[in-house]
Amino acid sequence: MASDKDLNLEATELRLGLPGTSDESAKNQTSATPRSNKRALPEESMSSNATASKNCDQEIAPHTKAQVVGWPPIRSYRKNNLQSKKSEAETSGIYVKVSMEGAPYLRKIDLKVFKGYPELLKALEDMFKFKAGEYSEREGYNGSEFVPTYEDKDGDWMLVGDVPWEMFTNSCKKLRIMKGSEARGLACAV
Amino acid sequence: MGSSELKRSKDSVSDESARRSSFPDEVLERVLSLLKSHRDRSSVSLVCKDWYNAERWSRTHVFIGNCYSVTPEIVARRFPRIRSVTLKGKPRFSDFNLVPENWGADIHAWLVVFAAKYPFLEELRLKRMAISDESLEFLAISFPNFKALSLLSCDGFSTNGLAAIATHCKNLTELDIQENGIDDKGGSWLSCFPERFMSLEVLNFANLTSDINFDALEKLVGRCKSMRVLKLNRSVSLEQLQRLLVSAPQLAELGTGSFSQELTIREYEELESTLSICKNMHTLSGLWDAKGIYLPALYPACSHLTFLNLSYAALQSVELAKLLAHCPRLKRLWVLDTVEDKGLEAVGLNCPLLEELRVFPADPFDDEIVHGVTEAGFVAVSFGCPRLHYVLYFCRQMTNAAVATIVQNCPDFTHFRLCIMNPGQPDYLTNEPMDEAFGAVVKTCTKLQRLSVSGLLTDLTFEYIGRYAKNLETLSVAFAGRSDWGMQCVLGGCSKLRKLEIRDCPFGNAALLSGLEKYESMRSLWMSACNVTMNGCRLLAREMPRLNVEVMKEDGSDESQADKVYVYRSIAGPRRDAPPSVLTL
Repeated sequence: MASDKDLNLEATELRLGLPGTSDESAKNQTSATPRSNKRALPEESMSSNATASKNCDQEIAPHTKAQVVGWPPIRSYRKNNLQSKKSEAETSGIYVKVSMEGAPYLRKIDLKVFKGYPELLKALEDMFKFKAGEYSEREGYNGSEFVPTYEDKDGDWMLVGDVPWEMFTNSCKKLRIMKGSEARGLACAV
Repeated sequence: MGSSELKRSKDSVSDESARRSSFPDEVLERVLSLLKSHRDRSSVSLVCKDWYNAERWSRTHVFIGNCYSVTPEIVARRFPRIRSVTLKGKPRFSDFNLVPENWGADIHAWLVVFAAKYPFLEELRLKRMAISDESLEFLAISFPNFKALSLLSCDGFSTNGLAAIATHCKNLTELDIQENGIDDKGGSWLSCFPERFMSLEVLNFANLTSDINFDALEKLVGRCKSMRVLKLNRSVSLEQLQRLLVSAPQLAELGTGSFSQELTIREYEELESTLSICKNMHTLSGLWDAKGIYLPALYPACSHLTFLNLSYAALQSVELAKLLAHCPRLKRLWVLDTVEDKGLEAVGLNCPLLEELRVFPADPFDDEIVHGVTEAGFVAVSFGCPRLHYVLYFCRQMTNAAVATIVQNCPDFTHFRLCIMNPGQPDYLTNEPMDEAFGAVVKTCTKLQRLSVSGLLTDLTFEYIGRYAKNLETLSVAFAGRSDWGMQCVLGGCSKLRKLEIRDCPFGNAALLSGLEKYESMRSLWMSACNVTMNGCRLLAREMPRLNVEVMKEDGSDESQADKVYVYRSIAGPRRDAPPSVLTL
């Protein structure tokens, strides 16, 4: 990386670290765990037997985070149960298209990312720069021209918020932010 | 009758041998048969020869904490009338893959002796043992009175072995399969219970993953009117759960299957009303993939709950809070750290009778995770739950001050297991070692029996432990300490220490050998990735012939290093079934 002309500062640079580690891994290290002054990797501290009593608590070891065998101490059984949950969650995002009348192009969002309606609505409002109004079971969205709706599994257009969240995420095929005139038709049909 | 009273009578008995004739053995045996605790029984057996004999003839349950400390022949010779056996095998760190495959602890040799000497054996409870399908089949056909089988953290068997048990054990009351390395070949084993069979009281197959024959299960549950514990596996749906509960409203312990099927309103209401009939329920677990919206169905069944195990349900804080509001009698709670500190605040507010809390990490191997629980959650619980005495807490940050507050609020800790998941991490506010935290624990909690330490720790922690933890029996240490002195303090100070397990610490031969005389009073010592050498181990083995010193070498390690050392007392001599990777010195 350094050309012949460079002073080769890297070689003479004073820094804490094991020989062979680069600045990058140090950066990653500190960004992931900002406040911990970690001990050196166990294997490394073992080799300096008697000198282990030096300021271990001030050592910063910019090693890449290798997974230590059997740590944290979680039983294999529990680990396997958690892992299968995780991979399920990772592979199945619920991506739906979102359109809005008057917007030049569609967007796509992952419904799995949200925990409930308030979060979803906030994200939609931010994305399309609108305000959705107050939701009530009886009257739908009050106080705004814009109404969030969705198409469900059966092909029907529904008002966002009417069914429990889980049911919604399982049945929503696409979202549409309807504007006043469009939406009025929907409210009447209900 | 306390053991101190028994010891006192030793003097009077040995003085007046004439009295012996007016105190027939049968009476003594009858009296002693009321003693259940195996420690009391051990004390009794030391009083005098008569009492030793009376005790051995009256003992019906034997507990063997380390299967290699004794042989089955010795056990059978001493105790002729055993009906129930509890056996533990591998060192605890085998749970975390630190023990090589095929290490041992095979049950078969024991079963062969039992079949000859205890044909009326009724109960077998195994922990961390290896058991094959052949052994299970042998068990099933060798003991006509067999009633209860409990397997925890065992491996080596498949569902075929369970099929053998179901087929042959006509008097089975308990089949408890927990957290094992089982080869799940399918759910047909459950159909092997005979049509007329109805004695089952405990059925736990939560461990298994494959679908079981639900029809067979429904009929079985319907027949077994005395069933009080039923723990289903994940494949059982909510709708199926509801059907099962209809025939078993008397259940005291329920482990649900998957709690996330989409239900219609009607189905939901049915489930809710069925659960409301389960007024005897004191333990609830399972709840895999629990969806928040269905949790309210549980509320009516929660009024008498004392143990709630949510460690497979990734609940959020609000969901947990709402659920706990219905569980005022809760004594034991296991949760995932997805509930975060807010969820733990709700624990402190709603569960004043709480005695045990376990918080497991949902994402233990992902360092980028910023949530989970912190010291704040633990502190919140301690304010609301003064009776807390057992805690297992996985977190990513902790402070000395927080722990000091916690033990001030809850001085009765008997089990304090704190796991700061980043090895060697200091107090995140002061950057100091966590010595004072554990110092506070051992100084304040005089009843402490079990301690697991973590975080950045110097030898000072171990000085504290040696000086104050006088009732400590089990200590687990990882990535801690500065020198041999730390371990020496523990070995020198903790008079009641029975199990010491250490990994990745700078303790060497001097430390190992300082415990020379102590190890015979302990069950076992484990040291891995420390500074102990083969020579140190050989010296220990030579000096202490009644200890088994086993070394497990890792591939490619230094010849002289003793990578993993397992030391335990034994009257059985060195074991003969060790695999090549285990060297007995």
